[in-house]
Amino acid sequence: MTEPVPEALSELTRDLLEVRDRRNREAFGRLFDHFAPRLKAMMLRGGLRDGTAEDVVQDVMLAVWHKAWQFDPHRADAAGWVYAIARNRRIDMARRRPLAQPEEMPELESLEPDAAQILALRQEAGHLAEALSRLAPDQAEALRAAYFDDLPHSRISEMTGLPLGTIKSRIRLGLDRLRHELRKIAP
Amino acid sequence: MTEINHHIPDDVLDTYRAGTLPHAFAVVVAAHLSLCDECRARIEAADMIGGVLLNGAEGVALRAGARDRMMAALDAPPPPPLPRGSGVFPAPVMAELGGQPPKWRMLGGGIRQQILSADREGSLRLLYIPPGRAVPEHGHRGMELTLVLQGSFSDSEGAFHRGDVEAAHDAIDHQPIAGAGAPCICLAATDAPLRFHALVPRLLQPIFRI
Repeated sequence: MTEPVPEALSELTRDLLEVRDRRNREAFGRLFDHFAPRLKAMMLRGGLRDGTAEDVVQDVMLAVWHKAWQFDPHRADAAGWVYAIARNRRIDMARRRPLAQPEEMPELESLEPDAAQILALRQEAGHLAEALSRLAPDQAEALRAAYFDDLPHSRISEMTGLPLGTIKSRIRLGLDRLRHELRKIAP
Repeated sequence: MTEINHHIPDDVLDTYRAGTLPHAFAVVVAAHLSLCDECRARIEAADMIGGVLLNGAEGVALRAGARDRMMAALDAPPPPPLPRGSGVFPAPVMAELGGQPPKWRMLGGGIRQQILSADREGSLRLLYIPPGRAVPEHGHRGMELTLVLQGSFSDSEGAFHRGDVEAAHDAIDHQPIAGAGAPCICLAATDAPLRFHALVPRLLQPIFRI
């Protein structure tokens, strides 16, 4: 695996790549220190009791360790990727049978890391964080409810009205467009 | 990846992401995601919002020893890999098939099916329709989600090729016809038994389970 241009990567993404490519335990420890308390907060908000929440956090972080080979910094930043694992883990606890999952992405051995793409994704995350920070408190709370408590989207839009939907679709369109560009460069 | 023109509707994708979509439909969505980079990116985009919120969340301290337990757990063997796709069947379909090729049941007129799962929330099946053959005309109660895995079909809503998904609601009374070339193989989820107008008398439907 070629060395990605480091400044394009957030520290978290760099650590996740260290885990992916070199099974680096120190890097994993840093990811744990960052994500585990936040994941615990997410699980507690989702209604789990303290002990269960800690167990789930361990499950999620262990999955981060084992699934790291699937991480592709052109498609996701570390936080979004970890969030997706946590979301799926929580879903499967609530379902009678696990949610059907798409085919795992093939390993990306031949794909050269492209700093421009990775940087674009990171900038997108930055814009997103900025947009979220400008939300009114009740809207921000509704958004957290949607992503941390898993309220159905219909209820979210009832609670918030237009701005939330506008942001969501803007981000969605922005990222879709980005991905289209990526595919032209690296099909 | 082939070009895909018909995608998962927003509301269905959101319900899948939230984990509340019934199993039959979730398999169709997962199979489509296996073939469609665009819809995969839609999910990743939503997860990116989740990631930003996660990063911004105020953490709750873990119990003493949690980190040591975590680091010790890293030496455990990894879980077995998920089943892979095979031929025209993406991984989530192979999982439903138990890793085996389909065991088709003849329905008449060269049409075959295999029921993969059926419960009160919905049923999931594979359909095999010879080229040029019409799927018997049917209306729907509730919702149907159909993904093309091989060949193609056309109906009043357009032409559907590998990877395309058609979402049909209550009102649509359509007559899909398989395209020329390879037989059309589809994965179809319904939340109610189909009402066929012809071919199979309604009384026989519970027997054929279509």
